Amino acid sequence: MNKRMLQKTGTFLLLKSIRMATLLIAICFISFLLIKNSPIDPIRAYIGADMLKVGPEQREKIAAYWGLDEPLMVQFFNWGSSLLAGDLGTSMIFRRPVSEIIQERFMNSLILMITAWVISGVLGFVLGVVAAMKKGTWIDRIIKWYCFTLASTPTFWMGLLTLIVFAVWLGWFPVGLGVPAGVLAQDVTLAERIHHLILPALTLSILGVANVALHTRQKLIDVLASDYVLFARAKGEKGFPLFWKHGLRNVALPAITLQFAAFSELFGGAVLAEQVFSYPGLGQATVEAGLRGDVPLLLGLVIFSTLFVFVGNLLADIVTYLVDPRTREGKSL
Amino acid sequence: MPILEVEDLSISFKQYTSKWQQETLTVISGLDVVLEEGEILAVVGASGSGKSLLAHAILGILPGNAIQSGTIKYKGETLTSARQEELRGSEISLIPQSVNYLDPLMRVGKQVRASAKSGDPVTLQRDVFEQLHLQEGVENLYPFQLSGGMARRTLLSTAMVSGAKVIIADEPTPGLDPVVIKEALKNFRAFADQGCAVMLITHDIESALTIADKIAVFYAGTTMEIAPVENFKGKGEALRHPYSKALWNALPQNGFTPIPGSQPQSNALPPGCLFAPRCPIATPACGEARPEMRELRDGKVRCIHED
Ligand code: SF4
Repeated sequence: MNKRMLQKTGTFLLLKSIRMATLLIAICFISFLLIKNSPIDPIRAYIGADMLKVGPEQREKIAAYWGLDEPLMVQFFNWGSSLLAGDLGTSMIFRRPVSEIIQERFMNSLILMITAWVISGVLGFVLGVVAAMKKGTWIDRIIKWYCFTLASTPTFWMGLLTLIVFAVWLGWFPVGLGVPAGVLAQDVTLAERIHHLILPALTLSILGVANVALHTRQKLIDVLASDYVLFARAKGEKGFPLFWKHGLRNVALPAITLQFAAFSELFGGAVLAEQVFSYPGLGQATVEAGLRGDVPLLLGLVIFSTLFVFVGNLLADIVTYLVDPRTREGKSL
Repeated sequence: MPILEVEDLSISFKQYTSKWQQETLTVISGLDVVLEEGEILAVVGASGSGKSLLAHAILGILPGNAIQSGTIKYKGETLTSARQEELRGSEISLIPQSVNYLDPLMRVGKQVRASAKSGDPVTLQRDVFEQLHLQEGVENLYPFQLSGGMARRTLLSTAMVSGAKVIIADEPTPGLDPVVIKEALKNFRAFADQGCAVMLITHDIESALTIADKIAVFYAGTTMEIAPVENFKGKGEALRHPYSKALWNALPQNGFTPIPGSQPQSNALPPGCLFAPRCPIATPACGEARPEMRELRDGKVRCIHED
């Protein structure tokens, strides 16, 4: 039994890795092509405002330096092979290795995303449960209305709204950035970092709630109408203990899966929220790299975000696999 | 002494036929049954005729949009929904139809133990599993791992460990192999002989006849006849209602005579006797009003012509 489990887990991981490898190759190739065919001129992006002062010969030299004069496929393979060697290249706008920038930015984003992920997950689940238990009452209607409104609210708009209310009107939080302006990096305190984190995290959390809440609500309504809950009632169970015993597990499982699978939305939301709050995370770096034609950084970010979303989905699969006895002890993955 | 009495029970549902129009659908009307201590009563009727609702009404677990009228008495005391809440699971126990009634994410042994109200749950559960030939490992399985027969026996065990006085079994036999059916029925018999009572809701008239003391014949949402089991013999001469006779004679060993027509849908019930459209001895008077249930030869019948 145990050996079989190990074997099954092994096959599972192998299949997932193959899937990830093919996915990554495809993503790399497509984004490389897209960027190459976009109207962005990397040389102009590199030089910036000094463009007028640079003559054609100099431009050619720069192109040769970056390997931009070679055929497209050669460029792709050059980039691909250094990628395999662990070298993501050098960012044109930051003039530093891409891997370093991603690492640094990711730490900032990670704190933001984890905070938002946990808060939106817990809050969404609770709201969904309350709405389902009170289905049809005014509480349910308010929660539903709130969720539908949120689901159709753009992140940047919500970000601006929180900025206006909490930073401008109330003045409780800073208007932007990850740390106070004009303070040396080593002098920034944890409290200051948290202070800067709250508004973007709040924006992301508020928006992330809708999905989980609506899903949990629907799922719990189904569970409460199920035959096994009816039978539990026939056996004299009722109220909160009934929900705890039969509702929670059956509802928590899809909610957790959903929350892990929502990594992509989380990332997408972070891009916009960071932009609004000038928060120095991955999202902001992505926007800058895109706008200013920083090809190596942009490609690096694409790969990284693909990995990130993939890991989210993988975690969702693993959690389902471990928690749900129907997959754990029954059919293989 | 009657332990459970159902008098003039009607159950209907409000349904939206379109966005604005509501229709009331009467699924059970004027149903009467009495369950005596030490007795097994089988409520027999075609599948899909709303028999399960009778069980749900007795336990007070009808869906929210159901409208119920009539009285249900337990040991002579009229049941309110608060009283039903106290009794269900402890005094009155339900054996549901299918594996869907088990929590898919909980081991079945644990689910059975949760029904035990007194004594050591684990011992109780293991004893009952042994009686029903469920192997030791079964208690650690999840519902999806059970075969149909195992699932039914598990459901049966939930009632057996509960120590209830009344068991209401909703279609307990289909899918079971004959040996297990016998075992299950034997358990019901033993249970009834202890002074408790069993209401068997089933479409399987043959199994019902092997253990029940009384048969209530259910048709189009109501009871047509209540007869002692001994009346089901020969050509059904001792039976009181034309439908019971027809049902008896439709059994393979009794000539396999089919009953022409089909049961009326609950939204298109005939105005008079519910069986009139298919009754061989119907007269115009039958179509005028619903016949009342009346006593006849040690049983009850809902027909104006039988005597
Ligand atoms: S009342 Fe009339 S129609 Fe109904 S069963 Fe009796 S004889 Fe037949």
